[in-house]
This record gives sequence, C-alpha cells and structure tokens, in this order.
Amino acid sequence: MRTDIDQPASGEAPAHRPVKKNYTRPLDIKHGRIDMGHGAGGKAAAQLIDELFVAAFDNPYLRQGDDGAVLPLPGQGRLVVATDAHVVSPLFFPGGDVGCLSVHGTVNDVAMSGATPLWLSASFILEEGFPLIELQRIVRSMAKAAQEAGVPIVTGDTKVVEKGKGDGVFISTTGIGVVPPGVEISGRNARAGDVLLLSGTVGDHGVAVLSQRESLAFETTIESDTAALHTLVAAMLAAAPGAVRVLRDPTRGGLATTLNEIARQSGVGMLLQEAAIPVRPQVDAACELLGLDPLYVANEGKLVAVCAPEAAEAVLAAMRAHPLGAEAARIGEVTTDPHHFVQMATRFGGRRVVDWLSGEQLPRIC
Amino acid sequence: MKYIDEFRDGELAKQIGARIAAEVHPDRSYSFMEFCGGHTHAISRYGVMELLPANVKMVHGPGCPVCVLPIGRIDQAIGLALAQGAIVCTYGDTMRVPASESLSLIRAKARGGDIRMVYSAADALALARQNPQREVVFFAIGFETTTPPTALTLQLAKREGLGNFSVLCCHVLTPSAITHILESPEVREFGTVPIDGFVGPAHVSIVIGSGPYEHFAEEYRKPVVIAGFEPLDVMQAILMLVRQVNEGRAHVENQFTRAVTTEGNLKAQALVSEVFELRPSFEWRGLGEVPYSALKIREAYADFDAERRFSLTYRPVADNKACECGAILRGVKKPTDCKIFGTVCTPENPVGSCMVSSEGACAAHYSYGRFHDIPVVTATAIEEATP
Repeated sequence: MRTDIDQPASGEAPAHRPVKKNYTRPLDIKHGRIDMGHGAGGKAAAQLIDELFVAAFDNPYLRQGDDGAVLPLPGQGRLVVATDAHVVSPLFFPGGDVGCLSVHGTVNDVAMSGATPLWLSASFILEEGFPLIELQRIVRSMAKAAQEAGVPIVTGDTKVVEKGKGDGVFISTTGIGVVPPGVEISGRNARAGDVLLLSGTVGDHGVAVLSQRESLAFETTIESDTAALHTLVAAMLAAAPGAVRVLRDPTRGGLATTLNEIARQSGVGMLLQEAAIPVRPQVDAACELLGLDPLYVANEGKLVAVCAPEAAEAVLAAMRAHPLGAEAARIGEVTTDPHHFVQMATRFGGRRVVDWLSGEQLPRIC
Repeated sequence: MKYIDEFRDGELAKQIGARIAAEVHPDRSYSFMEFCGGHTHAISRYGVMELLPANVKMVHGPGCPVCVLPIGRIDQAIGLALAQGAIVCTYGDTMRVPASESLSLIRAKARGGDIRMVYSAADALALARQNPQREVVFFAIGFETTTPPTALTLQLAKREGLGNFSVLCCHVLTPSAITHILESPEVREFGTVPIDGFVGPAHVSIVIGSGPYEHFAEEYRKPVVIAGFEPLDVMQAILMLVRQVNEGRAHVENQFTRAVTTEGNLKAQALVSEVFELRPSFEWRGLGEVPYSALKIREAYADFDAERRFSLTYRPVADNKACECGAILRGVKKPTDCKIFGTVCTPENPVGSCMVSSEGACAAHYSYGRFHDIPVVTATAIEEATP
C-alpha cells in the first residue's frame, strides 16, 4: 500500500491538515533488511517500531507510547519478576521459533513461583542485514504466544548491531506476575518423603533444535515442546492447595540439572526411577546416536514439581487432566542425603548418580 | 528403541547376575580388566557392579582414547590454532583435556583459536573444502575404531589435491597397550594388579578381529572375552570369563559375535596400512613411552601430515604431581585412591585426563558411581529402620 501522508496513530481522518507531512515509504517487509538506521532512534527506528512491533503487540499499555509502561498495582499478593535472554540457533525450529520461545520462557519462569503472569517487556538486539520478513515472522509468533497466554507485551526496546556482531536476533524478555496470598513455592521447600512429578516427556526441545543445526541436520518428526505453563500450574495449585512445594521448568541442563539445583537448595537427596521418566522413542534414538543423555537435554514446555506425598495423586490427576500434562508421571521421591545426590534406579536394575551437567552439552539451545 | 533395549533388559540382567553369583567360587576373588572406556561407561551408567557378587571386581583399563593423550600432543594442537592460525578440528571430548599453562582446546578457543568440534573426520575435510584460504588440521585421536575414517579422509584429500588440509595423527593401538600392562612390574612381579582376564574391546575388534588377542591368552595365560558395549554384553562377558577361570582355561572368546569376526574388517585394515605405518615409540598418558604403540602417516601422504607440514617437534610434559591418572590407567589405583579426586579434580575442572571423558575411569565414577563411597538414606529406609 502506498500513501502520501503518514497515518496518524490515533486513526482520525487527516483530511483538513494544513501542512502535508513528509512522505514516508512504508517498510518493505518483503525485501527489506535491518540497517543501522533502525537502531539509531530516529525516524527509521520509529517506523520499525510502529509498523512491525506495535502493529503486532498492540495493547493499551504499549499504545501509551511513553518510555515506560504505567501499570496498575495488582491487588493482593506479592510481585514476581523474572528475566530471560533467548539466543537460540537456528531461530526457527520444528514446533517453534525464538519469538514464541521468548514469551514462553519468561512466562514459565514467572509461573514457577506459583504466580499468575501479568505483563511482559521485550528487548531486541537485531543484527544489521537481518531480513524484515523473518523479523516479522518472529514478532508475529511472539504476539500470538503472548495473546494465547493472556500476557501482553507492554514495553520494549530495539537495538541494532553491525553485521557479524550478533546472530540475527537476540530477544530478552522480562515478566511480572503476582503470587496469590498463601502460595509458597520455592526451590528451598523440598523435604524427604516428598514426591517428584514430571509433566511429560523430556528432551523434545533440545532434539528438535539440534536436528536443524547445519553440522548435524537429521530428519525427525520431533517438535519442540515450547509452551506457556501457567495454566497448568494454576490447575495443580487449585487441585491441592499448599501441597505443591517446588516448581521448576527443566530448560538448559535438562531434568538432571534442575533436580540437582532443587536438591542443593533444599539440602536433600533424590531417588529417581528411570523406567518412570517419559522419553519419546524418537528423542531416545536421536540421543543414542549423538551420545547425549535425554535427562540433560533442554525442555521448554515441561515442569517438575515437588509435592507433599499425601496430595501427590490429586496433583498428578490435575496435571493429566490438562493438555500440557497429559503424559505427566510420578518419577521418584525426595530422600535424606547430606551430600545432596540425585540418584536413579536404572531400568537395568542398578543404581547411579544423576549428576549436574558438566561442560556444554548443547550450546545455544534457548 | 528396537535393537538397543534388548541389550539393556533388566530381567535378563538379573538372570545373568544370578548365574554369575551361582558359578563363582565363594572362596576366591575374580578380577577382570575392561580395557575399553566404552565398557567402563556402560558399567557405571547402568550400575552393572550392583548386579555382580562382591568377589567379582572390575579394574578399569586404559582404553579411553581421550584419557591416554599426553599433554604434549594437546599442546601441539593448541599451538597450531594459536600460533599458526589454523582451524583445528577434533572430536568433542578432546576439547576439554587439560594441557600446559592451564590451557585446553576449549580455553584456547576462548583465547581466539579457531577450534571446532566435529562429529567425523569427513566433517573436517568438508571444512577444508569450504575454507580454501585457511589451513585446516584434523587432530586425529582414537584407537583402531577411528583410524580407518582418518585414513579415508587422507586418501580423499590426496585425490582431490587439497592443499590446505592436514592431520595431526595421534592414533594408538590396542594390542600394544594390553601387552604393556601385562608386562608391567605391577602385574608380573608384585601382583599389585591381579588380573584374571580381560573384557576385550568391542568396536576395535570389529576392525582388527579377534585374532590379535590370541597372543595374550597364550603367552600370558589370561582369558579374553570380546564384548559389545551394551550392559548385557558386559555381564555375559563376565560370566564367560568366570567360567574360563573356573575351568582353568585361557582362550579368546567372542561374546560380540553379532559384529566381530576372527579376521576383522579386511578392507579397513588394508586402508589403514596404505596410509599409516607404525611409530617406533609414542608417549601415552599414564603408560609413558610405549614402543610400536601408535601410527604415523606414511611418506606418500607427507604433504597431509601436520607434524611434517608445520615442522612440529614433540615436547613431553609431565602430568600434575598430585594426579594419579597414570596409576589409574594402569589399573594400579582406583579413582578414589587419588587425593584430588572429587575435590580439586572434577568433571568441570579436570586436572587429569581420566576426569575428562565420560569413558574415563574417574569421570565415570564421579558422574555415576560416587554414591557407592557414601551410604544414602531414603525416606522409606528411615521408616523401615524406625520401629
């Protein structure tokens, strides 16, 4: 579409304006690329923000158009803030892209405190030369994810770095949420005898991303599990108030590393049952081939919960009744162990330590 | 996973475990060395030791290709990246092996060295094709399993006349390492390493066949059972070894018949001998200089030999004094006998090479088995203990 005058942001008719505004050619999304001007804070930057970001994320807070979004004080409870940078490579992978990932990742971090996520901010670092059509795809995917989660992106920032100084797009998001009174969830709360619940299969996201890497590129039907988990959390908390003690999403480092974090924070040990941990056969096969352990591969739509033993069945039932927890399973128990070991009874009949991830298993997975 | 799960079946494992327990003589102990890191890894990861009677002991051998790489060789590779500006590519675990001046390949990468992890030798060759203006060096490590792909890569490079590709060859040989252990004073004279038999290499044997082990069985009277890398393979091999010991036999037996033949892969062997020849001597970490234990690139491929191309000289570097990797690789000590195991030396900060790869004796014990050193109490156990 070509217009000779800018459309006023408010949408009112421009008919009787005495002075014609400067002509601005609309963004050429199809062939255009990010240039240094898009980060210079001038007209080009304003245009990029209006035509690409505001157009996709549109909401009253963003429309305020000020440096910061002014938000209403939520009623009762405590505030939770979480922030997360997303540098996944490649930017698009089966089941998702860096855009929806950057929404889900932060929504989940907020939700793991038992909070209802309310607002998001987003900061973009764009590399000079990045195609606008791909940026639009990412931004629309973010907008869709935010809309589906019911968590608007209320403020943001865009910077451009020279070609070669970035890798397409890095997105950093921050989320704010509210923990209702009475909900006490923390990695410090696990106690011996508690039950470990997992919301579904592990390793899907990591393997999906890996399958697209240039150096590996294998064909698979695996899709990333990227998803916002706050409604699953709400269902679990409602099923047995006070029974869920710890919630965490096993992203980088996988289930193994997450459980070790909880064990150390709470000063406990854990005993897992290998046979109870759900892994898709395709993920298992890919890991076998590449010498990876699915327990260390990243997830983006799974959570692990530590739960009081008497309420475990109720919480598990609530998880299974939710679409994101249909394959939920009871995977082990919390033990007393001054050394905070996470151990696993293997399917083979032996026992072993499931240690922290050491080194980098898969770089740039989220 | 079909064709894999069958070899990890818990029920079968229990049955073999019971059979081993029924056949061992309670008044003697059995001590077997698993030569390969692949076996060490399987034993630790699946908890095989817990399914064996207490008088069957496994001694970890030196068959982890990353663990036996001496510091001097890593230094050479780092030098090629940092001083010569070459793209150095190698297999994943090699990246973290400690070298001189607190460096490793991964740390040299952080200092600006162009060091890349590859999944195969062919990937290194592809990098050379894609970067004609850069020197690309493949840091080739491993036993007989990884040698044929390196040989093929060299052949292809020569055929294509690639002027920017070379190989830093650190390929080593299994049989000479086993002989070295059997000849060591600890085994022969002092008896500090009682070895009643060997779990023989899996993938190495696919290439070299079972023939080369006949010598050990005969000369040193030690049974060898070639076994696959799945946990059930290892357990079956242990049962076969127990039987040989009980019957006073010392034969080469093949548990891994689904892949290993007597003569091995003749095509691969021919390929290797066309490109490589024996080195008169090679330094191994832990074993020191071992005669005729490694390969070097033949004169005909001299242009693709990084040692010749960059006029490299080998400078041996002593291991950290506190590190017991040497004794551990020879089977003289256990990881827990090392003072710095699990304290100064961990998988995050390996001091010795055995802590680097998950096939290394120390890393395998640290990552999978160290709870054996400390009793663990489960809530159920507490309840049972409280009247």
